[in-house]
Amino acid sequence: MRYSALQIIKQGLTGNKGWTPAWREPEPKADYDIIIIGAGGHGLATAYYLAKEHGITNVAVLEKGWLGSGNIGRNTTIIRSNYMLPGNEPFYELSMKLWEGLEQDFNYNAMISQRGILNLCHSDPQRDAFARRGNAMLMAGADAVLLDEDGVRKLCPDLDFTNARFPIKGGLWQKRGGTVRHDAVAWGYARGADERGVDIIQNCEVVGMQIDNGVCTGVETTRGKIGAKKVAVCVAGSSSRVMSMAGMRLPIESHVLQAFVSEGLKPTIPGVITFGAGHFYISQSDKGGLVFGGDIDGYNTYAQRGNLPTVEDVCEGGMAIMPHIGRARLLRMWGGVMDMSMDGSPFIDKTDISGLFFNGGWCYGGFKATPASGWCYAHLLATGSPHETATELKLNRFKRGRMIDEKGVGAQPNLH
Amino acid sequence: MIINHPLLGPRDAAEFVYLGDASLINRPDSATSNAAEQFYEYLYLRDNVAGEMRELWYHEQGDRSWLVVTRNTLTHEISNVELARDVARAQGRNR
Repeated sequence: MRYSALQIIKQGLTGNKGWTPAWREPEPKADYDIIIIGAGGHGLATAYYLAKEHGITNVAVLEKGWLGSGNIGRNTTIIRSNYMLPGNEPFYELSMKLWEGLEQDFNYNAMISQRGILNLCHSDPQRDAFARRGNAMLMAGADAVLLDEDGVRKLCPDLDFTNARFPIKGGLWQKRGGTVRHDAVAWGYARGADERGVDIIQNCEVVGMQIDNGVCTGVETTRGKIGAKKVAVCVAGSSSRVMSMAGMRLPIESHVLQAFVSEGLKPTIPGVITFGAGHFYISQSDKGGLVFGGDIDGYNTYAQRGNLPTVEDVCEGGMAIMPHIGRARLLRMWGGVMDMSMDGSPFIDKTDISGLFFNGGWCYGGFKATPASGWCYAHLLATGSPHETATELKLNRFKRGRMIDEKGVGAQPNLH
Repeated sequence: MIINHPLLGPRDAAEFVYLGDASLINRPDSATSNAAEQFYEYLYLRDNVAGEMRELWYHEQGDRSWLVVTRNTLTHEISNVELARDVARAQGRNR
């Protein structure tokens, strides 16, 4: 069924009895051309683009829980393409362009709101670094504006501009950045993939890989063996656990990132504001809740919850830069487990095992990458060669000395 | 999380800096023939276990000792804390 305003009127006049489920609940078949492990945003996007762009529909997406039960539902919904390095920026700009046409493309309301993202700076060297990053963004076809203090004041007058330690001197503004209704991204991709023939199989946990003589021929699941010509792992957060079934060790540690939502308030935060120096970023949802977060907790964990010192650190950052939010009460806080890679950048690559592919290492930036990740992973799976914007996202880049280290902190995942 | 320091008693984990897997104690020998491969694995690849993990914590806001903490990455429960020096010596290192 195609969703439209006309459809709403039609259904409204006929008692809303004609709505059908957005996807099927199929039983797994014995064999598929491609199995995607993980029905999160990236896995579902991959299935969608495989079906839509490459005509490959004999595809199953296996999910141990329910679709969209991982980080696609646990993030702070921000989209942006304000990276710098050549291995990254064209990829994230592709993602931004896909976001811009996504709702029309998959016929689903994902509430994409390009309200802008502002990175604050507090010193001359930091402004120089932002100018450099802004130029790199412009060269990759993205948009970027370097704001001075007055420019920031016009956007958000309520910030603490005269903070003694971090006075606001300006910022890097990407107008096309913004927020998206994150669950709707999973649902939209799932519906689009399903209606093109992809089987989305929930409550089906992969418990083993079938690998014979270096060739991956399928997976063992809690619902039996399923054969496949290609197996595509897409389980960021649990990548090490799944790839260990294939005997692989990854350049990844799992860490927890916490996020917070306050009670609903009148509009006060324009767009997304990041205060990197204070480990704090914030946006305001359409319902009025302040959605904010900070840095990862910093120790290896698979528990989807963090600890109080980080909560305190995030709230201190918020109070430092925008004291007026101090009376807002927290409604909810939660944690998501992320693949922290050794250089802070992701992987979309084939492995040394024939027929086994890997997508992961998204650190805390997986949500914004969802469309491009699916687009490039589908391209790799369908054609056997990496998409032109993802040629550097290789698993062996550390061996070759071709790290994509935006922060330049080296192989210390909890610092990225 | 509370880390039960062998010398100082229970301390808040916020006093510590986290490094990672305790296997980082075992730095490869740069004189072996496949040292490049060994250093690649040492520096970049991780077991990243879900469950009991031995890891290095540095007591930066305290006595600046390195500890080997055995902690469950699924529950955050800490079951054992040792001085990293003792662990390294037990493995035959001289310091």
